[in-house]
Amino acid sequence: MKSERVAAIVGVAESDLGKTPGKNVLQLQAQAAKLALEDAGLTKNEVDALFTAGNWAWAPSLMLAEYLGIQPKYTDSTNIGGSSFEAHVGHAVAGINAGLFEVALITYGSTSRTNPGRSAFPSALTAQYELPYGLPTPVGAYALAAMRHMHQYGTTSEQLAEIAVATRKWATLNEKAYMREPIEIADVLNSRLIAEPLHLLDCCLVTDGGGAVVVVSKRVASRLNKKLIWILGHGESHSHNTIANMPDLTMTSARESGRAAFEMAGITHDEIDIAEIYDSFTITVLLTLEALGFCKPGEGGAFVSGQRTAPGGDFPMNTNGGGLSYCHPGMYGIFLLIEAVRQLRGEGGKRQVENAKLALVHGTGGVLSSTSTVILGRD
Amino acid sequence: MVPVGCCPPRQLLFWGGIKLIKDILEPSIDQESKSFWDGLKNEQLLIQYCDDCQNYIFYPRSICPHCFSEKIRWRNSQGAGKIYSYTVVHQAFGPFKQEVPFVVGIVELDEGVRMMTRIIGKREDIAIDKRVTVVFEKVDDPIVLPYFRLV
Repeated sequence: MKSERVAAIVGVAESDLGKTPGKNVLQLQAQAAKLALEDAGLTKNEVDALFTAGNWAWAPSLMLAEYLGIQPKYTDSTNIGGSSFEAHVGHAVAGINAGLFEVALITYGSTSRTNPGRSAFPSALTAQYELPYGLPTPVGAYALAAMRHMHQYGTTSEQLAEIAVATRKWATLNEKAYMREPIEIADVLNSRLIAEPLHLLDCCLVTDGGGAVVVVSKRVASRLNKKLIWILGHGESHSHNTIANMPDLTMTSARESGRAAFEMAGITHDEIDIAEIYDSFTITVLLTLEALGFCKPGEGGAFVSGQRTAPGGDFPMNTNGGGLSYCHPGMYGIFLLIEAVRQLRGEGGKRQVENAKLALVHGTGGVLSSTSTVILGRD
Repeated sequence: MVPVGCCPPRQLLFWGGIKLIKDILEPSIDQESKSFWDGLKNEQLLIQYCDDCQNYIFYPRSICPHCFSEKIRWRNSQGAGKIYSYTVVHQAFGPFKQEVPFVVGIVELDEGVRMMTRIIGKREDIAIDKRVTVVFEKVDDPIVLPYFRLV
């Protein structure tokens, strides 16, 4: 590891998850923020940078900061979809490195299960060239990518199902997971088709939930009585907005964000002990593993076969049960960070991966549009 | 359970009360896109061409995304190309709900640009790389969309 230790994650927490009727997105974020700061041993008055992403307000960070009673000296509501929070971690490290702030609070909250959206009409500007064709978004976009991958490389529905089955096995070990009944490959293949070739069980859940992550400078970290989880590398990119404009349906910008993160961390793929990979759909995971370089393009299907990513497999992945089985409130990225930190601290309980020292966290947003990668490590 | 992925889950109520494709599209047509949509009514598939870098451009823009030139003009596409990818939609929303199953694809025109479209043809005949040609589909008066059928 050559990465300079600039910033560490010292607090993580979820809010209530699953179905949270009667709670709004501000309550969920406040609940998670309070728990994450308690976890860190910090108070809200020490927070000097605030990060959030959402479409629940005209300027989400203004509303959230006011609600929480925080006046930040650095604010960032970058929204690039589900990968926003991995990007926020990267931005927080950069800001801390520049000496702009020392305690960053990153939050997310969504009630997408009990209160699915109230936004304005969406077809303005470049969306007008896609919406009239009726593609259900985002699942249809991911289906287009899966179909292309199958055509180009011979990837099969069974191989995609391997991911859903392995991820569910992890969920059976997580009492917070929304779906905990074991499933088999045939269950995935026999679930109804949503957009070919993707079946219902290739798709993530739709739940409520919130989360928070606290990132601090090395100086602040050193005075806290916590197991420090260092941010060793990060990278972000985006390659398109609408799916017809994705340069190559089989290759995401994880190639760029992953390369940047690995180079910064100064580590190699085989040193990674756990991977927390955004799983909005099974195909998301497969494309990401290839783009990050865990295997070659086209080899993702073989890579995940034989339940390799399940508990006991040699590539522990999505150890909380993932967006496929644990929770997925619209933009899932913050939960990847929370789980990676818990695993590296040894707080994984029944699902703990033994001796996990290095974790790769990777978010994907939009329709395979944005990617951000974070590499975390413990002392 | 309706799958909603990694962007804000807005889809479900977006379509609430929307019954016609023109209700989706018409409010979005602006000066930049009007030529494209008007061309379709005259059975012309207009795409843009950059006089400086000599690349075709889709969707319509005021600046070339390849070279940042503003020397852009409309050209009539031949409307021929091949299927880059497709999906058969089994669960859809709003005005599309009653149409399932239907095929949405991305077509790569011979001019080199890609666009989203509907693919017309027998399910078993539709495949990636198959040749297609444009058809002008009047979906709701006066909206005409460029669909593509197998050749």
